[in-house]
Amino acid sequence: MARPRKFPLALIVRTLAAWSVTLLLFFPLAWLILTAFKTELQAIAVPPELIFSPTLESFREVEERSDYLLYAQNSVVTSVVSTLLGLLIAAPAAYAMAFFKGPRTKDILMWMLSTKMMPAVGALVPIYVLAQKSHLLDTQLGLIIVFTLSNLPIMVWMLYSQFKDIPHEILEAARMDGATLWQEARLVLLPLGMGGLAATGLLCLVLSWNEAFWSLNLSSAKAGTLATLIASYSSPEGLFWAKLSAASLMAIAPIVVFGWFSQKQLVQGLTFGAVK
Amino acid sequence: MNTKHKLLPRLLLAPAVGTLFLWMIVPLVMTIYFSLIRFNLMQPDVAGFAGIENFEYFLTDPSFGAAVLNTCLLLGSVIVATVVLGVAIALLIDEPFPGRGLVRVLLISPFFVMPTVNALLWKHMMMNPIYGVLAQVWTFFGLQPVDWLTDFPLLSVIIMITWQWLPFATLIFMTALQSLNREQLEAARMDGANYLQQLRYMILPHLGRSVAVVVMIELIFLLSVFAEIFTTTGGGPGDASTNVAFLIFKQALLNFDAGVASAGALFAVVLANIAAAFLIRMVGKNLE
Repeated sequence: MARPRKFPLALIVRTLAAWSVTLLLFFPLAWLILTAFKTELQAIAVPPELIFSPTLESFREVEERSDYLLYAQNSVVTSVVSTLLGLLIAAPAAYAMAFFKGPRTKDILMWMLSTKMMPAVGALVPIYVLAQKSHLLDTQLGLIIVFTLSNLPIMVWMLYSQFKDIPHEILEAARMDGATLWQEARLVLLPLGMGGLAATGLLCLVLSWNEAFWSLNLSSAKAGTLATLIASYSSPEGLFWAKLSAASLMAIAPIVVFGWFSQKQLVQGLTFGAVK
Repeated sequence: MNTKHKLLPRLLLAPAVGTLFLWMIVPLVMTIYFSLIRFNLMQPDVAGFAGIENFEYFLTDPSFGAAVLNTCLLLGSVIVATVVLGVAIALLIDEPFPGRGLVRVLLISPFFVMPTVNALLWKHMMMNPIYGVLAQVWTFFGLQPVDWLTDFPLLSVIIMITWQWLPFATLIFMTALQSLNREQLEAARMDGANYLQQLRYMILPHLGRSVAVVVMIELIFLLSVFAEIFTTTGGGPGDASTNVAFLIFKQALLNFDAGVASAGALFAVVLANIAAAFLIRMVGKNLE
């Protein structure tokens, strides 16, 4: 594997090219982070100020302007609960399909995938009306239900592709030794499938946290998530870039950092295990 | 033992299949019903059977053609851009160089940024015609700054979404490249194959399956791009950046005409199913 150092020049060129592309693509985010620590006047300075004394002013103003903590809490509750709920429903289904493969298993999997292909907007009117009728509009419960259901197909797929790789013999051996279903799940499947469950959970957490279609349409002041809080900055209103940046930074930081640690699992998950 | 073997998996499958079935069928039936009646969220007294009126209205709406075209343009451009650039970047960072780990982390970051933040970051800090970074770069080179969202609304949305999805494509191609048989590549090099030949005959064919996966996932998520349009251009100016998803939203929650919106939704579902039919066949082949 170790390549002889025949072309130090090639290495230098490649390094420079790779870093230039990376910095170019990361630039908008870097700019967002810088702007968050500027004053409003510095934020729109022409030419841009690159050296300035950072201030936390904008973060304070964001909290005063809107109840950031309320939105953050809504985001945490809806994404965590919908992820747990989804795992609870998806894991048994994935287990059944991976270990009791029947002639229809593949059809069921494909059908589940096809429900995910339905554009969310196709269900907008009925879901809105149903939520209105059942008083779930602008409630955490309403969002949790919708997030869970819209992530469910991906969760089942992902867990299925992970469980599939667990050798059947191990489970059969446990069964031979007289393990009940519960023991089999708890003592054999859970430890072996932990990686898959964690990866699936991570992916759903990210998807729900960033979800913007349903949260924008079904929630506002009471159950709004951080995605909706940020959307309220869409109309210009005097000088507000530093505040927008501060609010955005607080909204994305947890999940971006989270994503860094779990990128490998997320790829496998999102590709349904088709790319390894 | 045998009956238990049949009953148990069914019991375990039931919650997932049941809820998903309801999630699919209830909105679908309601949408079909709404699309056939006069149904305005603000005027409860307007009611009655509408026949194909709603469909006629939606399909003859001048915005409709534009929305379909915009949807296709948006999907096509983002997919082509992310696949081509993604492969290029993945190849660039495939072999070790100083700081590769950090590059990976920085490159993937935009993918975890929520759509509303992505959209507003570009709308204000990048694309603002006076104070935006792009305007200042243009001025620096002595060019007239561009008012992106007014003059090139659809392109602006495409740029935002490409920025978000390029990391995803890159990461997948990078992962796929890692399973490339290096010895084979080395052998080809020994036999005098130049880089372009290696790329054409060995590397790109190896990436075929991951390209299929990227296209599929992006189609699923990009067919209903919404937040980026909602928070930046609002579909405008005119219909210049309205896609089918946004048009349906406008009919439903801005014009409160649930009947027409439902007719449009059925159309979107048909559109998605056509795409899905191809895709499912494609993934079905790739997953076994």
